[in-house]
Amino acid sequence: MDKKIIYIKDTSFALDRTKDVHAILLNGLRDRGMQDSVQAVRVADIGAYNQGVVVKVLPDTTYYGVKDEDLGRILDAVKQGTVVKELAARKEPGQLRIVLRNCGVIDPESIEEYMANEGYQAIKKVLFGLKTQDNTIDEMKKSGLRGRGGAGYPTWMKWNFAKKMASDQKYVICNGDEGDPGAYMDRSVLEGDPHSVVEGMMIAGFSVGASVGYFYIRAEYPLAVERIQKAIDQCYANGLLGKNILGSDFNFDLEIRLGAGAFVCGEETALIASIEGKRGAPHPRPPYPSVKGLWDKPTVINNVETLANVAYIINRGGDAFAKVGTQTSKGTKVFALTGKVKNSGLVEVPMGTTIREIVFDIGGGVYKNKNIKAVQTGGPSGGVIPKDFLDTPVDYENLQKLGSIMGSGGMIVMDEDDCMVDIARFYQRFCFDESCGKCSPCRIGTAQMLGFLSKIAEGRGEIGDLDNLRRIAQSMQRAALCGLGQTAPNPVISTLRYYEDEYRVHILDKKCPSKKCRDLLSYKIIPEKCKKCGLCFMNCEAKAITGNKDDGYIIDMNKCVRCGRCFEVCKFKAVGKE
Amino acid sequence: MQEDKLSDDIKNIVKKWEGKKGSLIMILHDVQNIYGYVPRETSLQLSKYMDVPLARIYEVITFYHFFKLVPPGKHLVQVCMGTACYLKGASELLHELRDILGVREGGTSKDGLFQLEVVRCLGCCGLAPVMKIDEKVYSKVGKDRVADIIAEYEEEQVAK
Repeated sequence: MDKKIIYIKDTSFALDRTKDVHAILLNGLRDRGMQDSVQAVRVADIGAYNQGVVVKVLPDTTYYGVKDEDLGRILDAVKQGTVVKELAARKEPGQLRIVLRNCGVIDPESIEEYMANEGYQAIKKVLFGLKTQDNTIDEMKKSGLRGRGGAGYPTWMKWNFAKKMASDQKYVICNGDEGDPGAYMDRSVLEGDPHSVVEGMMIAGFSVGASVGYFYIRAEYPLAVERIQKAIDQCYANGLLGKNILGSDFNFDLEIRLGAGAFVCGEETALIASIEGKRGAPHPRPPYPSVKGLWDKPTVINNVETLANVAYIINRGGDAFAKVGTQTSKGTKVFALTGKVKNSGLVEVPMGTTIREIVFDIGGGVYKNKNIKAVQTGGPSGGVIPKDFLDTPVDYENLQKLGSIMGSGGMIVMDEDDCMVDIARFYQRFCFDESCGKCSPCRIGTAQMLGFLSKIAEGRGEIGDLDNLRRIAQSMQRAALCGLGQTAPNPVISTLRYYEDEYRVHILDKKCPSKKCRDLLSYKIIPEKCKKCGLCFMNCEAKAITGNKDDGYIIDMNKCVRCGRCFEVCKFKAVGKE
Repeated sequence: MQEDKLSDDIKNIVKKWEGKKGSLIMILHDVQNIYGYVPRETSLQLSKYMDVPLARIYEVITFYHFFKLVPPGKHLVQVCMGTACYLKGASELLHELRDILGVREGGTSKDGLFQLEVVRCLGCCGLAPVMKIDEKVYSKVGKDRVADIIAEYEEEQVAK
């Protein structure tokens, strides 16, 4: 089988057209006598959105928004080994797929397909080629792989600490508690290539000397749970899990534990508490989990994306992996590119790619061609990166210098309509809701900061509030117990750092420059544009609009609840908002 | 009668997790899968069977957003409040839903048909703003579409 066609329906379409497309493709293949050499597969996700039906001819030709009548031409091109130029989309520029190597390429529920794509070769190499734990960890050291969950701690060091601990029992945990709002790469990997994460877990388990591993996955991701369970079952059936794996003396068992919707459980020690069946409250570190973790045994916790890199590194060698990326950050990073960007979706780029390349070359620029204002990375623990820094190459150190973090990989594009006070408030509310309440810097700090931000956004701000925000932020960074509390002030600090002017306008002029903060808006009817149709009058539920069809209408701001209905319904743009 | 059956279900669940450490959360997941929430009687029974203080079970249930203590409405309406959805107008969407259903987040509408929930992120940010009713995902929901969508479910109920 030399070529495969893969296609997907656009998930935003109400009708599932993939069945029709599948039938047309199958018939087309039969007509051309290609049914044995080309396979058409329906897949769940290839990381493209809003593109209509997407047909992807492996390895690298993608057709977006394909209509039924185009399918014949595409099949002709496949037969001749050419490309239908006018239909073919840009090749995905600048992307390099390591973590997502199998996503959308293989059937995630088939261990056979995974095996046909280098699957479980890495664990064989570890057991029978590298043979020892040290050799395996050495290979990881050469690769320079750092944790993809946020902090970027070198993976090999984590493994090495746990390996050195003498204990009758050790554990490895896969952190699939992806709680960062606006990020979904772990979900895609768990759903699209579960076996590669399972294999990563096996190699991690072997390297540290653990015989049991746990997947900790959000209960909100039922498909991911189902696919991982299926992958685990298939591994047991094929002798890849259990006792004496592949005839070696390595024993390894895997189980799933479900999260239950608590952001703090992404933090290592809280995650461990949750697996132990308790409420997810963090513990002070040290002792680190690699010394005293799950049930007080040495434990290694790796993120989904980190683990998905492992088999690739072992197969290709650490040195080959280290050739990709920058001096300090090796390999690739998957970003969930979302927000005000034309093509949202998952992108995987080599470390060192600039933010501009990601947003404009891959993402196609800003939605509705507005001006970009900033990019947010790292979710509630990260910060905003203003447009002046778009040419910064992405790696752990650079983002940190800018006051953000790599985080798990959410990258949210914001345009000129987005208000930075509002964004800071959004993230602060999130942290306030999610604070577990164990330590006071976080419990009280998030509440106080949210209070000040709300005050500012609602037009009651005083100039001294900015200093108060800074002071609370600093104490939280220093005194909070876990990562959640220490990083919770980051969105506030970074917006204050780059957009203090905007805060000041909110406080001093009681205006929101982006027209986002509802309480600071005022509406008025522009007489020159008004056609006196009365539509605004009829739609105003607060009865704040008075007047009649002869004299025109006026808005009484004392009665107005700022719902924006009049602004929306006016066909003549005669309602002004400022 | 009802209570006996309850016990059997619980026994099976507990048996399934017997001998495994730290299984309380998984057991609660199983319970919620059956009833849609965790009834107080079940917690009491669990406490007895597992020899765990009731306070510890409640501690876990109330800590995690996922567990519910009251029966949910017939249809679960979830509005995604992830960052991407928020930027693209999820809060307006939520306001509209509050108005139409007459409930706030976490509440059940008077007719018992709808339960309104806010979720962190449904993980399909490319389709923002997103809402989910039961297993169906509605993408790019403008607030003008909300009434029609809700009406579909109401009509379906009337048809029955």
